[in-house]
Amino acid sequence: MKVDSVVDYVTINIDGEDVDVPKGTNIIEAVKMVGKGKEVPHYCYHPKLSIAGNCRMCMVEMGMPMRDRATGEAVLDENGVQKIGWMPKPTIGCATNAAPGMHIRTNSEMVKESRNGVTEFLLINHPLDCPICDQAGECRLQEFSAEHGRGYSRFIEQKNVKPKRTRLGSRVTLDDERCILCSRCIRFSKEIAKDDVLGFVDRGTYSTLTCFPGKELENNYSLNTVDICPVGALTSTDFRFKMRVWFLKRTHSICTESSVGANTEIWSREGKIYRITPRRNDAVNDTWMTDSGRELFKEVEVGDRLTHYTIDGVHKTSAETAAAAAKLLKEGKVAIIASPHSSVEEQFYCKAIADRSEATVSLVSHYGATDGILQSEDRSPNLRGALVNGLVDQLPDADLSAVAQQIESGAVDTLLVVNEEVTQLGISAELLKKVKVIYIGLHANVVSEDAAIVIPSLSVFEKDGSFINQSFRLQRFKAAIPGPRGVLSDFMVLEHIAEALADEKIPSGSIDAAWEHIAKGVSQFDDSLRWRSIPEEGLELDPTAFLDLPFVETKNLKYDSAAFKEAHATPAGA
Amino acid sequence: MAKTKVIERKPLTFAEKTFIPQILTGLKTTGKTMFQKNITLQYPDERPSIPDNYRGVPTLVKDPNGREKCVSCQLCEFVCPPKAIRITPGEIDAEAEPDRAHVEKAPKEFDINMLRCIYCGLCQEVCPEEAIFLQDVFSLSGYSRDEMVNNKQKLYELGGTLPDKHYKWDKKKAAEEHGNAH
Ligand code: SF4
Ligand code: SF4
Ligand code: SF4
Ligand code: FES
Repeated sequence: MKVDSVVDYVTINIDGEDVDVPKGTNIIEAVKMVGKGKEVPHYCYHPKLSIAGNCRMCMVEMGMPMRDRATGEAVLDENGVQKIGWMPKPTIGCATNAAPGMHIRTNSEMVKESRNGVTEFLLINHPLDCPICDQAGECRLQEFSAEHGRGYSRFIEQKNVKPKRTRLGSRVTLDDERCILCSRCIRFSKEIAKDDVLGFVDRGTYSTLTCFPGKELENNYSLNTVDICPVGALTSTDFRFKMRVWFLKRTHSICTESSVGANTEIWSREGKIYRITPRRNDAVNDTWMTDSGRELFKEVEVGDRLTHYTIDGVHKTSAETAAAAAKLLKEGKVAIIASPHSSVEEQFYCKAIADRSEATVSLVSHYGATDGILQSEDRSPNLRGALVNGLVDQLPDADLSAVAQQIESGAVDTLLVVNEEVTQLGISAELLKKVKVIYIGLHANVVSEDAAIVIPSLSVFEKDGSFINQSFRLQRFKAAIPGPRGVLSDFMVLEHIAEALADEKIPSGSIDAAWEHIAKGVSQFDDSLRWRSIPEEGLELDPTAFLDLPFVETKNLKYDSAAFKEAHATPAGA
Repeated sequence: MAKTKVIERKPLTFAEKTFIPQILTGLKTTGKTMFQKNITLQYPDERPSIPDNYRGVPTLVKDPNGREKCVSCQLCEFVCPPKAIRITPGEIDAEAEPDRAHVEKAPKEFDINMLRCIYCGLCQEVCPEEAIFLQDVFSLSGYSRDEMVNNKQKLYELGGTLPDKHYKWDKKKAAEEHGNAH
């Protein structure tokens, strides 16, 4: 396995308390490590961006143990303890790295005064339009002004007026009056999105953020600037004025756009999703996600959702439907078209169904181009899940011509399709008429129209489950909103079918009960692993068994196929 | 252990036993009020005068220039203890209303469910734009639950116009036009 690089620790003293922090940690992070809600307020510093040091909010007092300049001897006070030489002026915490013996005061009079001063200057030209500002409720300026500000304004001159409601790109709106010139958005565009389009023009209090002439903030990561903007200067055009953030419930989820599996947070109120934002996971997506991934919830809302279990067009209950499906499958000559979009749980029961009905299983690949950041070549979230579950042992083909041939030759009578539009994948509509189709899917389409049995499924936002991403990291997602009334989570229906096929009763009904079987049935999972016990930041699985497969992912933000292979090539314990 | 204290009841005097003193005291009050000015109002024909700070039905108000003051910040929706308020925020169409475009935001819909409202006045207290006031309307009736939900139009009808101390958004516009030379 990987050898953890050895971390050097240094001891520093924060507000009279000694703490060990890794070498190279800056003061803002070091204070965060102390915990207890201690924080150095800051605007321009962002853990994943270069340090600009321009907001001056993170001032702290710093001192070093005194040494005699001539002799180099430690200077002691009357108690024999080395004296601390405090700097006469405060220093910025974001650009100060911890050094052995360093002393920091985060709450002295001088520090408080400087925060107060910085806040007053930031508010001089601020429009104070929190009632109409979308950032209200999650605005650093609002929070720190309340915490460290003076509470009233001494500024009686006329405020500067800057452009409001400027369009930076099709997804981002800029209000220049609110900008505090922290340059986070500029650094993000340059360093992470590699699309250097933003900059400041004019000087002093007239400094204004703007796009370079003839350019637009149009890249697929533009909405990350909205997330990191500490104030309401950059707002999402789509989310603008839709809902106040304090009404929204946050649910941890996983982006299904590609095999990167970016960690996300879904913001919903009363069963309606308003926005999706990234959630920090340093091993997967840092604090970023794609703009296209944020829009995926809209696809669920459009079109006609399948909302009823039907047999030959007649509405039935889920139990009746599962029984009918099992009966059909028992007749034999079954082909299953599974999906890399299904969760680990669903694939597990697909595999059980395949084993019990002696079916052949095919998967279709969903490949695209990579952008080298958070959109990988494999545009499905859980291909690795299908491998780990043993559903397939090879990478999928691009179409279903093999299955089509089988249907043609009469080797297949029943087709179980999970969420794939098979008529566009090599099985023509006429051919499809030759077989009985059991369709499990989200939306009505050509396949569901002619299917003998239709099982409506839930979207990733409506169910609990887990995915395995490109680096074999098992990550779980939670239901954010309820699905259509009466529709069960997909894995439960599949479980019912699998159960009926083996004439055994598996009491489950909850995802953790299902995991009792999954953990036992899949060698990659520890026997005691449960859905609930998958850590928030995901669980690394052992990929050794699959290293020889020619995965399509090459290189993106946190993944490099060559390096990944190399790191895992040596067997565990070597 | 608590001790029980027995209080002895005094026996009634003869006068008390006849009830006559009590009846006379009562009649004295009756006699006094008979010759006083009437204080009973013939409601609903006669209506009481409502003091200024009375907390009647919550209403939305406009400023003396006829401008909608609410910017749909949804603070009242948040603070309302029985969740009587329901707002759908919206954007002001800059082309349709250029003189109001700088306010950017206004409610698309604004409902107060008067079957829920407890007349606590917190919405009025929290409003940063001084747009919602509990005024003098105190009697409400309706034949259905829906009728008891005041929509935006009804709320402005009930609210009317109140004097404004700040003209915040007019000042904002003036500053915009003035600009600071640089
Ligand atoms: S727009 Fe936001 S992120 Fe960009 S410089 Fe201004 S305050 Fe910072
Ligand atoms: S008066 Fe109180 S209960 Fe009624 S709408 Fe306002 S906040 Fe809600
Ligand atoms: S009435 Fe006041 S508090 Fe309520 S949404 Fe409008 S501006 Fe905000
Ligand atoms: S966070 Fe240190 S100067 Fe801005």
